Formats: sequence, structure tokens, C-alpha cells
Amino acid sequence: MSEHRNVERVVLPLVVGGLLLFLWHVAVKVSGTTIFPSPLAVTKGIRQLPHLGAYVADSLLRVGFGYGLAVLLGVPAGLALGWWSALARAANPLMQMLRPISPLAWMPLAVIWFGVSNVAPIFLIFLASFFPVVLATMNGVRNVPPMYMQAGRNFGLSTAALIRRVIFPAVLPRVLVGLRIAFGVAWLVLVAAEMIAVDSGLGYMIIDARNAGKRYDLVIGGMLIIGVIGLLLDTMIRLLERLKFVRWAFHE
Amino acid sequence: MKVEIRNIGMAFGSVRVLENIELGVNAGEFVCLLGPSGCGKSTLLNIVGGFIPPTEGTVTIDGEPVTGPDPRRIFVFQERGVFPWLTVEQNIGFGLFKQSDAEKRERIAHYVQLVGLRGFEKSYPRELSGGMKQRLEVARALAVNPDVLYLDEPFGALDSITRLQMRRELLRIWHAERKTILFVTHDIEESVQLADRVVVLSARPGRVQSIVNIDIPHPRDLSDPRYIALRDEIFGEIGLAHQV
Repeated sequence: MSEHRNVERVVLPLVVGGLLLFLWHVAVKVSGTTIFPSPLAVTKGIRQLPHLGAYVADSLLRVGFGYGLAVLLGVPAGLALGWWSALARAANPLMQMLRPISPLAWMPLAVIWFGVSNVAPIFLIFLASFFPVVLATMNGVRNVPPMYMQAGRNFGLSTAALIRRVIFPAVLPRVLVGLRIAFGVAWLVLVAAEMIAVDSGLGYMIIDARNAGKRYDLVIGGMLIIGVIGLLLDTMIRLLERLKFVRWAFHE
Repeated sequence: MKVEIRNIGMAFGSVRVLENIELGVNAGEFVCLLGPSGCGKSTLLNIVGGFIPPTEGTVTIDGEPVTGPDPRRIFVFQERGVFPWLTVEQNIGFGLFKQSDAEKRERIAHYVQLVGLRGFEKSYPRELSGGMKQRLEVARALAVNPDVLYLDEPFGALDSITRLQMRRELLRIWHAERKTILFVTHDIEESVQLADRVVVLSARPGRVQSIVNIDIPHPRDLSDPRYIALRDEIFGEIGLAHQV
């Protein structure tokens, strides 16, 4: 049974991926295009790239800082907004107004404020991932079953202990879902931010490959690398959902 | 009197839920609050537990007025009250944050044993059956050594066979630990099987309609004529014929 499921989870996606690569290859050969590269040409182009490792590292660093800051500030902010409903009522209109503004709209301001530096994309990534984290945490707190809090109070917990020992563990699964969503947005924004504000990273690599000589093999190579790294990091966050003290909310 | 409920009245807005409730509960006594759905019996238990302030009246315990929840009196919900992020032993130890580690360990071991969860110390609630979760919640309550337990339809979510077993378990624990128990139920049979006294509440607004002494020693024989007579008396009180 479990062997059967492993086949479905690993082998089938690999078959689909291989099939697509094959179709891509055939399509390039049959059409005889000179602009759109074949899978082999993409592999060759990426291998020749001298800065690839540094670009990946730069991108990961920016996401690490921006996203990390959003988590560090967003979770406590969400806990506070969920706990004190007056605070939430005060902040909610502002948050609902800021939330639909694409983080990319902040780009001109980010460049004025921070110049061409790492700070501008970090700021944009922070903006993009902060709200999903705050909202997931806040809604999590509001949806903690009242009987957990009642039980916590009954055993004589202070408010601080109640937040630490009951509210926080109770919202953790929802926070993790928020972290995943926020990470997806952060990774999306990163590429766009790197196309403007900096001169390194995977986003820069794509725009530079196009500008510097229509190197579409590198454009596509960059896209694939972004996709693969995104998938890997998402899988890592999903592994957190298997931690024993949050599993209750995800399985059965 | 351990628990004294004096002239309790409760209204939510213009809806009167409880009226003029008078009740005294002796130390070590097992009292069931019985009534139809919506009669306010859970509200009454929440008032006695200190979770809701009443509109009128007072509750005193050992002569001391109740102003809020207190670890000396623990409220037990249906099985969903256990913390799903903690293991069995962490749940039982939840309220033991003032005790030394050694005492904590000792109490956890004692109550794991008492409620029959040996071998499941490291399990999480989702790995337990409904009855086991309920026993876990009772163990978590008992571990802080309260003198009163409030149980709010604790077996309502269990299947009928497990429910019967749980009643026997609860009585065994009650005999071992001699707590004062206030037990809310809408199940007439359950109240007659468990309680020293059954307090029958009327439909909304809830009032004390009658108090029935269950003068049958434990273990109770469910085909004993006295059991059947008392059960039928309560059926009559609630206005039901005991025929299906």
C-alpha cells in the first residue's frame, strides 16, 4: 500500500516532467526555432554561467532577511491583534487598505529610500510576506476554541502564561499555513524586485540575460532554477507540519 | 455545605435563563443537574465554576464567594477539552507548574495509572479513542488535587457502551478520591446511575423543579426495583412517559 503511494508521489511526477522535457525538445527541433532554446541548450548555458552560485546565494539571502523579519515581527503582531480585539478594530481598516497594494507598487519608493542596494528588495519581500503572516496568526488566535482558554484559566494561568502555553501552541498550525503562503509571495516578489533594484540574484540574471544579448537559454534556465528552489523551500516548510506538536491539525 | 448556590438568576439580554436557583452541595457529594436542552444547566455550572458572573445571587464555596475560576475547582468538558498539542503526560502535568519536577512526575504517574492510560504516556490525543481522551481530561483535572469537579455532559460525545464504562470508571475514581462532583447531564438514566442527588431543572427559565435522593448504594443494579422506581419518578417529573 505505502509502496503504491510512493510510486504515485515520486514516480508519476517524474514521468510527467520527463515527458514535458521530451515534448519541449521535440517541439524545438520540429519547429526549427533559433530563438527558443532546447532543454540541452538551457543546461549548457547554465553550466557556463560563472556567477550562478553567487546569484542563488544573493537571492536566498534577500528572501532570508525580508521573510525572516516578516515572521519575527508578524507572529507577535498577529498574536497581539488577535488577543486585543480593540487593537484589531483600530488596525484593521489600515491593514485591509495596504494589503491589496502589490508590494511591487512600493518599488519606486524603495529605490528612493534605499537606493540600489540589498535593502530595497529586502524591504519589498518584508512587505509582501508580513501581511499574510499577521493575518494568519490573528485569525488563528480568534479561532482558538474557547474551552482551551477556559481550561487554561481554570488551572490558574496568568495572561502571559495563557498566551505562551495555550494560545501560541493552539495557533501554531495556522501560523505554519500562513508561513507557507507568505513564503510563496516572498519568492514571487523577489524575482521582480531583483529586476529593478539590484545587480545580482536570480531575477537580475533573467533580465540581464535578455538585455545583454537575448540569451533566452539563460532566461529559461533562471526560471527553472527559481521554480526548483521554490519547490524545495516549500517542501521544507511543509515538513514543519509534520512536527509532533502541530500534526494534530493536519492529519486525521 | 461545600457549595452554596443562593438565589441565582441569569439573563442574557431579555432572555431569562435561570431563576431563583437554591442549592447546597455537601463535601464529597455527587450531584447531577438534570434538565432538557436549553434549560440553563450548563450556564448554571459555568456560573458556579466562576466563568460567568450571574445576574443575581451568589455562589459560595466553603463560605468564600466565587469571583472567578480557581484551580481548586476544575471544570471538565467533553473530550475536546484536552490539549491536542500535548502528550498524555504533558496534558496531565499541565496544571502542575507550581510543583517540583519530582512531585510532578509522581502525580503524573499516579493519575496515568488511576485512569488506565499506562503505556500511552507519550501518545498524543489524536492517537486515543474518545473514552481515553475523556479519561485523560479527568486525570488532568484530578492531578491538581481540586476539591470540586464540575463535569459538563462529559460523556455526551461517546457511544453508549463507552459511556456505561466511563460512568463506572468515574464512580471508581470518585470513591478513590472523594471529590465533590457537580455533573450536568440531560440523560435521566445517567443521573440515576451516578448521583447521590438529582436536581431536576425545569425548561427555560430553569428553576429547581425537584430534588430526588438516590438512596441506592453503589454498585447499582440497573434492574433493581428501587432504581426503576426512582428513574420513573424523574421521568414523571420531566413530564415524559417512559415508553418509546
